[in-house]
Amino acid sequence: MEQLLSVLIGVLVAASVYLMMGRNLLRFLFGLILLSNAANLTIFVAGRLTPGAPALVPEGLDAPVGDVANALPQALVLTAIVIGFGLFAFALILAVRAYRSLGTLNTDDMRVAEPKDQV
Amino acid sequence: MNSVILIAGARLQVVLLLVFSAYMLLRGHNAPGGGFIGGLIAATGFVVYAIACGTKDARAALRFDPANIAAVGLGVALLAGIVAILWGDALFTGQWLFIGETETDKGLPLSTILVFDIGVYLVVLGAVLSIVFALEETS
Amino acid sequence: MSWYLTLPLVIPFVTAIIAFLLRNSPSGRWVSVAGSAAALVAAIALMRVVLDQGVLAGQMGQWAAPFGITLVADLLSAVMVLITAITGLAVAIYALGDIEERHEKLGYHALYQILLAGVTGAFLTGDLFNLYVWFEVMLIASFGLLVLNGDKEQIDGGVKYVALNLISTILFLTGIGLLYGMTGTLNFADLAVKVDQVENEALLTVVAMLFMVAFGVKAAVFPLFFWLPAAYHTPSFSVSAVFAGLLTKVGVYALIRMFTMIFDHDMAYTHTILLWVACFTMVTGVLGAAAQSDFRKILSFHIISQIGYMILGLALMTPLAIVGAVFYLVHHIIVKANLFLIAGIAKRLTGSTEVFQIGGLYKSNPLLAVLFLIPAFSLAGFPPLSGFWAKYIIVKATLDIEMWFVAFIALAVGLMTIYSMTKIWAEAFWKDHPDGREPALAKLPNRGVLLIPVAALAILTMVIGLMPEPFVVFAERAADQLLDPTAYINVVLGEAP
Repeated sequence: MEQLLSVLIGVLVAASVYLMMGRNLLRFLFGLILLSNAANLTIFVAGRLTPGAPALVPEGLDAPVGDVANALPQALVLTAIVIGFGLFAFALILAVRAYRSLGTLNTDDMRVAEPKDQV
Repeated sequence: MNSVILIAGARLQVVLLLVFSAYMLLRGHNAPGGGFIGGLIAATGFVVYAIACGTKDARAALRFDPANIAAVGLGVALLAGIVAILWGDALFTGQWLFIGETETDKGLPLSTILVFDIGVYLVVLGAVLSIVFALEETS
Repeated sequence: MSWYLTLPLVIPFVTAIIAFLLRNSPSGRWVSVAGSAAALVAAIALMRVVLDQGVLAGQMGQWAAPFGITLVADLLSAVMVLITAITGLAVAIYALGDIEERHEKLGYHALYQILLAGVTGAFLTGDLFNLYVWFEVMLIASFGLLVLNGDKEQIDGGVKYVALNLISTILFLTGIGLLYGMTGTLNFADLAVKVDQVENEALLTVVAMLFMVAFGVKAAVFPLFFWLPAAYHTPSFSVSAVFAGLLTKVGVYALIRMFTMIFDHDMAYTHTILLWVACFTMVTGVLGAAAQSDFRKILSFHIISQIGYMILGLALMTPLAIVGAVFYLVHHIIVKANLFLIAGIAKRLTGSTEVFQIGGLYKSNPLLAVLFLIPAFSLAGFPPLSGFWAKYIIVKATLDIEMWFVAFIALAVGLMTIYSMTKIWAEAFWKDHPDGREPALAKLPNRGVLLIPVAALAILTMVIGLMPEPFVVFAERAADQLLDPTAYINVVLGEAP
């Protein structure tokens, strides 16, 4: 299962790099979303995929009994997803604003803040 | 959008979603649910309302500025962490109160963790609605 | 867990909430100043405790390390928190006269305080994933501040800033995942122990490189710095001062933390790369600055070249070099933030930041000229200012291990820095204003709140320059802790929950 997911991560990264190479800002953002999903999957796989019960401690005990899944990567991925959600919401709004005020999504044409070409 | 069916349905849906979000929030400690998902569900309710009746009505129905809701939620969550100091514990240590506790039954458990979750609920509700309303209004 | 560790974090958050709820009233800005002052007091208290008792650690929610989130303050963390609080207060005061009411209503002060909280948190955390979270807190606040005005230039700069920082964030996250997979822990102290037990060292080096790239983007080192000069000249002056002073330095701090305590298994590889990166960063930064004519763009490129010196200290990894890196870090934050604040005053007086289009500042405002010369000379490394000692220690460290070429580059870049500073001096201060106007400081509204922080930071530079002894001794102790993290590890892992 780990191998399969590793391949999937590779495919996601490849697709995202392809998208990010494009000049369109929106494509770039889609690539970024794929890349962040790949990163989240990496954390998940790094925690080893163990079939097991949720890591809940029964009443009166100090530790969970039997095989339980590793809860830490899940917590990390959840946090990363939430943060990623916030960042992409911002990035998308920024893209909308950029399109409205600069009139383009082509990153090559975004040169307002750059030095003027000296001919 | 001007659709009678959608408006009538939306009013009903907002209520259902809000009740469901409160249910999700409260069951969150030991079962799937919690402040984040609860806040998202509640936000969905108002988003549906905003689609049906416009953001102006949705803002009026919400009564408070969503950004302020988020700020207050952050304050509530922070407060839930700080009160642990009163018991001499580290920041964000859970404090529990069992109402009606007996030998066999835990009674009604109340905790600072729940307060923290309520804070998260408000932050998510406020933040999502700020973004959605802002996007709706500029388009 | 002690209050000393939590207060520097809690105060900015509380301030942010209050300032946000009061954003429509003029009292919001005073809340920001009061909160920054309180944070400074908390940072001083933390510093005293760390100086007295050594490394201080606390576990959030009483979850024992390495499972819970640990907050740790060693000398490096404590001094970074202190310098953040000093810069934070200075810029908060400056903002009283700099930030328009329109931006205050959008929540400028709340975003600013959250930015400070994020920076402080990144310095205090003892957990890699928590560091990621603080980076994000800092990043989202900086996004907001950067595009607050919403004009074309800001949006344009913002797109580049956001895009490149998001990529670095994801690389950071991937690195965290792989490191966790190899060691099973993310606590700094625990990692320092566990990475030595990893069998596959080559894989560890790969992960180290992922972190180097991720933090390298944040720190704006060669060849990953392009977002910085694209964005730092667009926001308001308060914002660019705090960005210039603090944000890239968090990246440098993270590099220093990771590559002294954790990734020291294959220094011949990783630190050689860092050495070349440092040299190229110094040179490209200073060359870039020479080509610019905008006050803030010149300063932006100088941030990059100065980052090179800090990375150079880290790359050499001798005790003296680390002392230099720590000293440089502290000195640079003060000086660079100050120069950006002065750029703001110059813009207010002359109407532009394009140095060829302004002038006459010296004639009418000798005071401002002196206030500019102090940080400018300090940046270039003139004795007896703080920058001289910072450069002196770094160059001495390179000479000690007989890296003549690197020492030559460091000195040459210092000379080039003087060239850029002289350019600003000659164009903006010395020559007459091309429009013939005589910008008068006495007529500037709010000049008190604008000048006090500038003067205070300039005095701080002079104090460090004239009495370097205690600061160098301090930096030596901080470097000792970094190179021999035994005390750090014992305190974090040994502390009872």
